[in-house]
Amino acid sequence: MNSHLIIAPILLPLFAGLLLLFDRQERVWPRRLLGLLGSFLLLPVALLLWQQAASGDISVYQLGNWQAPFGIVLVLDQLSALMLLVTAALALPVYLHACGGDDQLGANFHALFMFQLMGINGAFLSGDLFNLFVFFEVLLIASYALLMHGQGPERAKAGLHYVILNLIGSSLFLFALGLLYAATGTLNMADVGRVIRAGEGAAPLLLQVSGALLVMVFALKAAVLPLSFWLPGAYSAATAPVAALFAIMTKVGLYALWRLWPLMYGVDGSPLQGLLEPWLAGLALATIAFAALGALAAKRLAALAAWLVLVSVGSLMLALTQATTVAWAAGLYYLIHSTWAAAALFLLVGVISHHRGSHTDQLQQGPPLPALLGLLFIALAMLLVGLPPWSGFIGKLLLLQAIPMATFWLVLLLSSLLLLVTFSRAGSTVFWRHQLGDKLTRLTFQQVAPLSMLLLLCLALTVLAAPLLDITTAIASQLGDAQGYLDAVLGGSAAIEVKP
Amino acid sequence: MEILLAIMIASLTSCGVYLILRVRTFPVVVGLTLLSYAVNLFLFSMGRLTLDAPAVIGAGIDSTDPLPQALVLTAIVIGFAMTAFLMALALRAWGEFGNDHVDGTDIIANQESDQG
Repeated sequence: MNSHLIIAPILLPLFAGLLLLFDRQERVWPRRLLGLLGSFLLLPVALLLWQQAASGDISVYQLGNWQAPFGIVLVLDQLSALMLLVTAALALPVYLHACGGDDQLGANFHALFMFQLMGINGAFLSGDLFNLFVFFEVLLIASYALLMHGQGPERAKAGLHYVILNLIGSSLFLFALGLLYAATGTLNMADVGRVIRAGEGAAPLLLQVSGALLVMVFALKAAVLPLSFWLPGAYSAATAPVAALFAIMTKVGLYALWRLWPLMYGVDGSPLQGLLEPWLAGLALATIAFAALGALAAKRLAALAAWLVLVSVGSLMLALTQATTVAWAAGLYYLIHSTWAAAALFLLVGVISHHRGSHTDQLQQGPPLPALLGLLFIALAMLLVGLPPWSGFIGKLLLLQAIPMATFWLVLLLSSLLLLVTFSRAGSTVFWRHQLGDKLTRLTFQQVAPLSMLLLLCLALTVLAAPLLDITTAIASQLGDAQGYLDAVLGGSAAIEVKP
Repeated sequence: MEILLAIMIASLTSCGVYLILRVRTFPVVVGLTLLSYAVNLFLFSMGRLTLDAPAVIGAGIDSTDPLPQALVLTAIVIGFAMTAFLMALALRAWGEFGNDHVDGTDIIANQESDQG
């Protein structure tokens, strides 16, 4: 029974979403309740899986009981468990926030939210590259519809660009998979790793081209510099809860690259070794610098938040290319922090623009805002800029310690300074420069509670930084141990037998 | 045979890329469709070309690789759904903008001239 738990993070949102599709009534509370149940149940499931993975064993779930390189497998190791937990902890507050009224802006929000979660969870669990492609498509098609949620020409434009770009990305993904299959004769991640480690691949050139194409696809999803121009437009056009959920989406691309790194790109003596690291490291640095400048130039709070997502993507990509356990551990800690903090900022921007009426989230003079919103904004600014003592500071410090590279220090510290200026300017414009005579609107509990939950999670990250760093170090060393992964997936004895 | 297939994939891809770079939504949709055709043919050839052989291992002396065929089937279904979605989206964008420019810029230019 316990072994079937691995597939629960995929099936649970799938069935919740399907049931939600049948509900066509006017009343909204049954839908909200069902969706809430679906997102809430993900949390205990993720915690149980986390517990199962914490021992260091890699659990393998063979779909249809087909043996590993032939059938599709779901693989649960500590990295997957961590990502599932981060997603589940993100989804619940975001969903609660959406139930405050944003879910009424268009049809089928609840079902799409569930399908999006299904795609994300599936991508984190998949042990097969083609299956990864399928789950990417599931999460993408849900995200296409979610991005358009709320309508309006701005969203139609951002949605059109986002969809076309990602469809091109999907085509490239398929080209890459075709080449990889031609080069290695398999698409199972562990088996690809085995073939590359054994040096059995048919043609090194095919492998190199396919590896480079795969990096391009994942860099498009993660929004690394030359492929990142879509992100600020798309994220700032989306409604607040959708943008907050999208905070995990760039991490899906990074996760996929992280998963494949020890299996494909970091293997000693493989044709892919050293091919892409210098490029990726430079592009990651450029992403950080570009995003900090973009944030400084942003005219809306939502755009500012979207550029901040890019800053974290750049830092994480650089940590990834370092391929040391210390850098990966620091990167994973920063990944958790940046996902939750960015999502909280998107939710706060939603609340702020709700209170400012026609001024929405434009950086201009508007009506006065409740003091609590200002406090939350300061807290989030400190988190995201990386001011001590919050988790943003710890995350950036860990990254700086782990990556002793002068250019990185310069770029990250300067970009943090720029972000500080940006936040000070945005905060003083929105909160201090208001028109006289306007009435203060009342804050409701529903508006503040969900994003406070995310803030509390970041507080927990700060307090529990030391044990958490131990955990991410364990995750990073397990991830780097490609042989252990191969043994668990391909070795018959280690795999869990699933009874029909 | 290989040459023929390679030429077909290459011409489909290049036509697709050219159309994707157009400024109206309809050519972009057609371009993406051509690109997905090219991908499907490409996936087919990734298990090497074998003629007149069953896709079942062990049934005959010669057999072709069955996996690419299964993958192509999945890719066709997904590509079809995505094209349908994009078509609906393009229509929606046309309704919102009043034109089929991918940026909807015609209407923005009009608004600015109205204000000015």
